[in-house]
Formats: sequence, structure tokens, C-alpha cells
Amino acid sequence: MDTRLARNKLTDLMAAFTGYVGKHLPTDVLDKLAELRAGETSPLAAAVYDSMFENLAAAARLDRPCCQDTGAIQFFVRAGARFPLLGDLAGILTDAVRRATIEAPLRHNAVETFVEKNTGDNTGSRAPWIEWEIAGSGDPGQDEAVIEVYMAGGGCSLPGQAKVLMPAAGYEGVAAFVFDVVASYGVNACPPLLVGVGVSTSVETAAMLSKRAILRPLGSRHPNPDAARMELLLENGLNRLGLGPQGITGNATVLGVHLESSARHPSTIGVGVSVGCWAHRRGTIRIGADLSHEVLSHKEASL
Amino acid sequence: MKRILTTPIRDDDIEDLRVGDVVYLNGRIVTCRDVGHRRLIELGRALPVDLRGLAIFHAGPIVAGDGDRWRMISVGPTTSMRMEAYEDRFIAQTGVKLIVGKGGMGEKTAAACARHKALHAVFPGGCAVLAATEVQDIESVHWEDLGMPEALWVCRVKEFGPLIVSIDATGANLFAANRARFEEKKAPLVEEIGRQVRFIK
Repeated sequence: MDTRLARNKLTDLMAAFTGYVGKHLPTDVLDKLAELRAGETSPLAAAVYDSMFENLAAAARLDRPCCQDTGAIQFFVRAGARFPLLGDLAGILTDAVRRATIEAPLRHNAVETFVEKNTGDNTGSRAPWIEWEIAGSGDPGQDEAVIEVYMAGGGCSLPGQAKVLMPAAGYEGVAAFVFDVVASYGVNACPPLLVGVGVSTSVETAAMLSKRAILRPLGSRHPNPDAARMELLLENGLNRLGLGPQGITGNATVLGVHLESSARHPSTIGVGVSVGCWAHRRGTIRIGADLSHEVLSHKEASL
Repeated sequence: MKRILTTPIRDDDIEDLRVGDVVYLNGRIVTCRDVGHRRLIELGRALPVDLRGLAIFHAGPIVAGDGDRWRMISVGPTTSMRMEAYEDRFIAQTGVKLIVGKGGMGEKTAAACARHKALHAVFPGGCAVLAATEVQDIESVHWEDLGMPEALWVCRVKEFGPLIVSIDATGANLFAANRARFEEKKAPLVEEIGRQVRFIK
């Protein structure tokens, strides 16, 4: 395939996938919402869950974004060094966002900072935001790319916080920080929430890990047994706060809690918290060297 | 049976409603969020729509052109707390009777709801297509220079809801009460978890 044709083909695919992610929740999130709906005993909270499912059905039927806030779009790319369109990928993803904005359609959510004008096409300086990871030499698929599309609305972006604790605060301080964020700002972020926690050296590494944490499939666990146990402790504890859907109180607060960590400087405990709303619009797609694709996040996706 | 409010809303239509009640709206609701509020309150610019007896929606929609008209595609509530700095003066100046958004609002808005007989209500967040299907028509748009999310979209709605009353006309505040409850539960939970995560030894 010549490069121009290949470029167009991948732009078409990523525009379609970006639009699709705005209209359909991933399978793991749908399953979890159904489980929480079944476990809800407050009639008002149950009625809110019913509105959510009614909304998702209407979005699918009418082919529309299930939430009007289609986010400032982010891509997390993990690509092998021999993926044929690696150098073109940033341009392709930017063009795909422009196309999806018209075709899906998506809300115009890029205000150029300092210029204070909405660009009208969801692109601008560093928009869409793209994070890169190079697949290691030991990984299979050196000629493949796995791309996560994530659209978080303003509501669930607002609670995000990071700070650097002194070592004396310990993991106890990490837990307290998570509770402070969720108890104070959680109600505005459209609970039940997916809470991502990053533990690292400094604010930016902890914050980025907390975002990567909410891109993990729901219910997956940190490989370290203590970290995995802490994920469960935080999940159960936050659920006992009982925010309920939309913060009107109920039996659940979270879809889950995911922790990501790095080795860190001995003098600091950087902690970041990112929050995803119940309409957690995350999509994962694998692109082969021949531009064949497989959607990993949505069981019944057709593009 | 559904309790339905119809615009223009009068004081005695809403005085008996209490936090936690569920209502629906017929009539006119206008989207108005951050910059719409800022223009009226901080910049002193007159709103291009007379809101007396009407409803506002803290929301920034996705709309699509349809010939010379507009069609509502997706319109869910945004975080109402962002408008807390302005809302008491906004209620006093405009005579708006129903504010729809998500999450709660603060003490100043609750006081203004009591003084001027108004409500804040929550439309379930993220349920934007459900809301769009309850918009019958976009009658007009104002301040389009603000872009799609911030412009004022004047919508005619039918049985728009569910709307969960979060501040009633006595000034009672559902989310303030909930928040106090969450804060109260927080400390013992944090202590209990803290005891189990002392991994630094």
C-alpha cells in the first residue's frame, strides 16, 4: 500500500473509532454498571441508574455521543519501532479528531489558551494530547500499535489532584489523600467513579500514572500483592462512604480503584489522583502492520 | 404520577417541593454556564433572553445544523458548583425560577433560592441523549461568539427530566447535607485503612 493510501486508511479508521468510543461504553464498564444497578437498594439511586441505561440505549439507537461532553481527546499510543506509520501517527490522529468532530459529531472542546477562542475542531496546540510508549524489544508485535482513545469530560477532570508527601506520611497519607479528593469533589464528577491513583516521586509522574491507572481494564489488579490489597481496601472503603450515583447517596461510590506505581526517590511520596466518570469512554484498538485492526475494549464493536 | 412544572413558573408552583422530590419540566429552558454568568454579573452585559419565570440549564450541548435551524444532538448537565460565585446575583437579577445542573450548589445559592423562591435540581449527569430527546425544538441561539458549549441555546422541552430537587425554595440543600455525611464517615474509614497499609517498616 502506498503511504498516502495507508495514511488515509488509518485516518478513516481512527476517526470512526474515536466517534464510536464517544457513543458506546466499553464492555467491562457496562458489566460493572449492571452489577451496581442490581445491588442498589435506594429507590432514587436505582432510578438514576435506570436513566443511565435508558440514555445508553438511546445513544446507541440514535447513533449519538452518550454524554455531550466528549472531552479534550487524549490518545495513549504503544507502538513497536517497526510500525509502518509511526512517524505519521501524530498527524493521522489529529486529522482523525478533526473528522470525528464533524462526523460523530463531537462537542467543540478545544479553547486555545491565552487566545481564549474555541478552535471549533477539537485540535489546537498540543490537542489532541498524545502520550507515547515504545514497545520493548521483548514484546511481540514490533510492527503493531495499540492505541487507547480516552475522552474525559470537564466534570471528572476537575477533581484531579497531585501532591508530594513526606515519607513520614506513608501509604496512610496516600489513602487519606484519595479519600479527601473523592469525599469533597466526587459528587460533581458523575459517580460511580473509576479512581486512579499514582504513587511515584513527583507530581507529574504520579499524575500521569494515575491517569494510566484508569485506562486499565476494570477489576485488573496491580501485580504487587500489597498494592492489589490496597486497591481493594480503597474500593471497599470508598463504597462505604456511599456517594451513590450522582452523589445522591447509595450503596456504591466507585466502579473501581486502580493503583499504578514506579520506584521512587527515598525522600518523597508523590501521589496523584485521576477520576473517571460512570460514562467512562475508553477505547482500545490494535492496529497491525497491514492496518488490519482489532477492537479490544468493546465486545461488539463494528466500525 | 409525574409532577410537571410548566414555564412561566410561579412561586406557588414550587413552594411545596422539597429536596429529593422528582419533577419534570414543560416549556422553555435556556443553556447558560460559565461565561454566560460572567458576562451578566462581572461584565454587566444584559442577557439577550428574558429569564423571568423560566429555567436555565448548566449545560454545553452538541448541536447540529439542520437547514436554517438547529437540532439538539446531546445535552447533559455540567458541574453547577462552577457557577456558585455568580448564581445568587444571577437569580436576583433575572428572576429565573429553576436551575438545572449536576452536583450541588453552595450556601449563597441556597440563600437566594429561599429569598427569591427558586429551585436547583439535578438532571442525571451523563444522560445527555435522554435529555436531547426531551428537547422538542431549539427556538433560538444567542452569544454564538462564545462557541458551541457556552452559547445560550433556547430550548422548548416536554417532560424534561427526571429532575431531582437539590435546593428547594426554603433553602434546604440536599448536597450540603450529603457532603457533611460523607465527611463524617471519612475519618474512621481512613484510619481503618491506614492501619492496614503500613508498608513502610
